[in-house]
Amino acid sequence: MMTQGIPLYYFLIISTLMFFIGVFGFLTRRNLITMLMSIELVLNSVNINFVAFNSYLVPHRMQGQFFSLIVIAVAAAEAAVAIAIIINIYRNFRSIETDKVNEMKY
Amino acid sequence: MTFNDILLMRHELLLTAVMLLVLIVDLFATGNNRKLIIPLALVMFLIITVVGFLPAQYGKLFGGMYETSGTTILMKNVLNIAVFIIFLQSVAWLKLEENKQKLAEYFVLILSTLIGMNLMISSGDFLMLYIGLETATIPLAALAAYTHHQTKSAEAGIKLILSSALSSGIMLYGISMVYGTTGSVSFTEVALNWANAPLQMLAFLFFFAGMAFKISLVPFHLWTADVYEGAPVNVTSYLSVVSKGSAAFVLMLVLFRVFPSIVDHWQKVLYAIAVLTMTIGNLFALRQQNLKRFLAFSSIAQAGFILLGIIGASSLGMTTVIFFVLAYVFTNLAAFGVLSAISAATGKENMADYNGLYQTNPRLSLLLMLAMFSLAGIPPVAGFFGKFFLFTSAASKGFYWLVFIAVVNATISLYYYLLPVKAMFINKNENPIPSFRSDFYTKAGLLLAAAGTLAIGMLSIGYEYIASFSFGLQ
Repeated sequence: MMTQGIPLYYFLIISTLMFFIGVFGFLTRRNLITMLMSIELVLNSVNINFVAFNSYLVPHRMQGQFFSLIVIAVAAAEAAVAIAIIINIYRNFRSIETDKVNEMKY
Repeated sequence: MTFNDILLMRHELLLTAVMLLVLIVDLFATGNNRKLIIPLALVMFLIITVVGFLPAQYGKLFGGMYETSGTTILMKNVLNIAVFIIFLQSVAWLKLEENKQKLAEYFVLILSTLIGMNLMISSGDFLMLYIGLETATIPLAALAAYTHHQTKSAEAGIKLILSSALSSGIMLYGISMVYGTTGSVSFTEVALNWANAPLQMLAFLFFFAGMAFKISLVPFHLWTADVYEGAPVNVTSYLSVVSKGSAAFVLMLVLFRVFPSIVDHWQKVLYAIAVLTMTIGNLFALRQQNLKRFLAFSSIAQAGFILLGIIGASSLGMTTVIFFVLAYVFTNLAAFGVLSAISAATGKENMADYNGLYQTNPRLSLLLMLAMFSLAGIPPVAGFFGKFFLFTSAASKGFYWLVFIAVVNATISLYYYLLPVKAMFINKNENPIPSFRSDFYTKAGLLLAAAGTLAIGMLSIGYEYIASFSFGLQ
């Protein structure tokens, strides 16, 4: 096995880091595309979790692997719709900075 | 897998068939023929709604990923009724010149989100729940950005998709921790292997945050007002009625089925969130001028009331939640129906524009007044009994302080629900919205909503029927 000798919690540390970097990026970045990239980080940290748990804890069943496959597919669909809307935003506002896209407040 | 097994998925399959049919007809439609899609979709959807009530078999499919029972079918039927009324009410808006080219998209997107919600309600494991949730959310963002030349609509779309993507990411992280600690994603196995480990509590909170976002509970509600204001009126009514109702159903089912062993813990969480949601929703609704924004905060407050039914974890609680959502469907659609009729005819959506509406459009004003009374919970209309039953179910489990806070909030809400009524009947206006005639579809949609509001209020139709399908923990 390729993962021989690597403890499970190494993977969990990486995925937790990725998750919080993603959330942090989402909250602090002001560019819509970068916010989308941050969400991808969050989703990929989930994928690492699923695959690692699967191969270490329940290697005889593939539920975690399938889950991460579906997450990847859904993330692609989400990105497609989000980017379509972002292009539309650019046509309307001539900008994709969140500071400009704030007609509605409170 | 036999034909009878496939029939278990009757609701989803019929919806898929109609969705594909509309899509294909749209391919071949040209010019004025495209308008024929509207009656086609309406008739097909009416058939689906009726077929949904026929007796059905219950069972599991795909190794327990998909399950049907009396409860899930009942919930799907409630959603179907709501969507049918929304379709009727949106015809006038779809016939506008700017929407003619893309009216089929409206039906296709709404139907595909409805399929997602049905899958979510029927899910027997977290994977199906996630697929359903995303199928329900992603097309909604496209719908919110439907009028793409309007800046507000595009802004609503991006706000919805980004915040929903982050919240489903957080929810997924919770699910991955559930998977890591129990070794499975199926509801029954997770409930069996639950060990009350600290990591599992964290996982539960992450999962709950994702669901709370969908129901727009405080403090996960910040997207609601902006998206409701920016989206077209009919999409807003879909968001506030069907999307919210289905998410409340799913939260209730999952709490009862997957997390029964930590019922003491999630009751505390729900307690705090319910108090926050009712109070903050109400206080923000007080100062809104745009009617869509106003109804957004009102729907946040109503979501807080729904939690009162879930918190008892009893069979009575489930009955009251489904009954409340049914009453809320008719009530809120009566309000949104008036808004959408006026918006399609004149494009006006602010409360100040409604001054003196009674002089020019008395019937619409009376209907909006009925809806506001029902939302505020004045007897004898539907909203009163919806709230009354919810309070009963929470009080029967000993949550007296929560019920007290809810009653105080219901009283506060009376003030702002009467503001539009005052605007229509008392405030003077030099040039009120001119008198206009609505087409057949709008009238039918408004009549259905009004009839439902009155019938549920006066006769409590369906309460025993709903009670016969409910289940609880204790």
